[in-house]
Amino acid sequence: MHHPSTLRFWVLLLALLLSAAAQAQDSLLAELNAQAPDSTGHELVQATFKGTRIINGHSVETPGPGTLVFLISHRFGRLNSGPYNLFGLDQATIRLGLEYGLTDRLAVGVGRSSVEKAFDGFVQYRLLRQRRGGMPLSATLLASSAINTLRYSATADGFEHTFSRRLTYTWQALLARKMSPSLSVQLMPTVVHRNLVGEKAAPNDVYALGFAGRQKFTKRMAFTWEYYYRLPNSRTAGLRDALGAGIDIETGGHVFQLHVTNANSMISQQFISTTSGRFFKGDLYFGFNVARNFTLKSGL
Amino acid sequence: MLLTWLLGQGFHSMAQSARYQTRAGMVSFFSSSPLEDIEARSQQLAAVLDTRSGQLAFTVPIRSFQFKRSLMQEHFNENYLESEKYPKATFSGRVLEWKPETLTATGAVQVVAEGDLTMHGVTRHIKVPGTLTSLSNQVLINASFPVAPADYNIEIPALVRDHIAKSVLVTVRLACAPAAGATTVSQP
Repeated sequence: MHHPSTLRFWVLLLALLLSAAAQAQDSLLAELNAQAPDSTGHELVQATFKGTRIINGHSVETPGPGTLVFLISHRFGRLNSGPYNLFGLDQATIRLGLEYGLTDRLAVGVGRSSVEKAFDGFVQYRLLRQRRGGMPLSATLLASSAINTLRYSATADGFEHTFSRRLTYTWQALLARKMSPSLSVQLMPTVVHRNLVGEKAAPNDVYALGFAGRQKFTKRMAFTWEYYYRLPNSRTAGLRDALGAGIDIETGGHVFQLHVTNANSMISQQFISTTSGRFFKGDLYFGFNVARNFTLKSGL
Repeated sequence: MLLTWLLGQGFHSMAQSARYQTRAGMVSFFSSSPLEDIEARSQQLAAVLDTRSGQLAFTVPIRSFQFKRSLMQEHFNENYLESEKYPKATFSGRVLEWKPETLTATGAVQVVAEGDLTMHGVTRHIKVPGTLTSLSNQVLINASFPVAPADYNIEIPALVRDHIAKSVLVTVRLACAPAAGATTVSQP
């Protein structure tokens, strides 16, 4: 009876049965996958940028709901200021800031800069959020105001630095798209308004168009750049477009951003409208932003 | 076209025996280390149990896991599970020594499921102890099992190594109801 061909038949049958059983299991999963349509279909695209800043300016990101971000931004002096100043390390400007996510769309922040001893406050609203297979970009609106609190002697300028003369404003639409998991780009139409300007030729309103991007080169590190082009009617002799390039490094609860820029101020009112450094002539400020996140309200 | 599809589906489930299923099961994981406890939960576990053969399938979108810290959730998706590349975790297997009578017993019945757990692009054959409980028109499934991130090529950087457990405890809890068109198990 145990003819070789009979044996072969049984082996074949057994193999068929086994593979049928395996297929039944897999088909159950396939059926489940077909029924439960991929809920990632229209999911929000997350983490277009690592932090709420790209270099000096804002990114489309806001702190998550219930998250408080403590942001330390620091710029040393100019790299080309020579060994006497230890290539800029002798000087520093700093901004300390707090940002808080009220909802997943709305965030507020305050800060204090050493430049002009300025206090600033802003509101940010995520109007559009990029979705997989849906909305192609994210848009965040930002309104910010700052007050210069430097002491002026009454006689120095021949006029009084009243409260309203000390105020400056920025309005921005931040438009970003995460092109791929590693590449994100952002466009920032911006208006800066200054109630008081230093000279007659300088416009009160500065219109600028910002461009920025991020290219990851490892899972936790990325190359970033940011450029604010001032429109022709907003250009003043001696002033330059703010340009910066840097690296984002992310660890557990921190994001470190190291960069060089031609601006030593860290709020848009200042760096868009008063930057004078020539980037490619070495008027570079080495700086960093460190963000520490605190969860005040649990997401669970 | 819709009609044909509906007919096809109905016919399909009738031909295919008894199915219990859910789309809103709970799956959570817990990582405990001396420095930090990390917990995340999803309510989007989809599951199907074939009560004739004891076969099981689970699937959960990685992005559906909610964390206490939004930054952690972002890192989980971006750096650890890479949900862009691997959007789901799945389990496909069967209950060992399955007898359809399991579902007519009262109270929780201890069972062991065996099958393939796939996540982060890695498939491993695992055995999971759990319980099945039959209620009037539902089957409750509960199970807890350890998962080692390293087994699934989930890379943990040195800086946070002490914050994340070598073995993370995964818990699933779900209530499956008879699928439309499926035959239900008679209760004693």
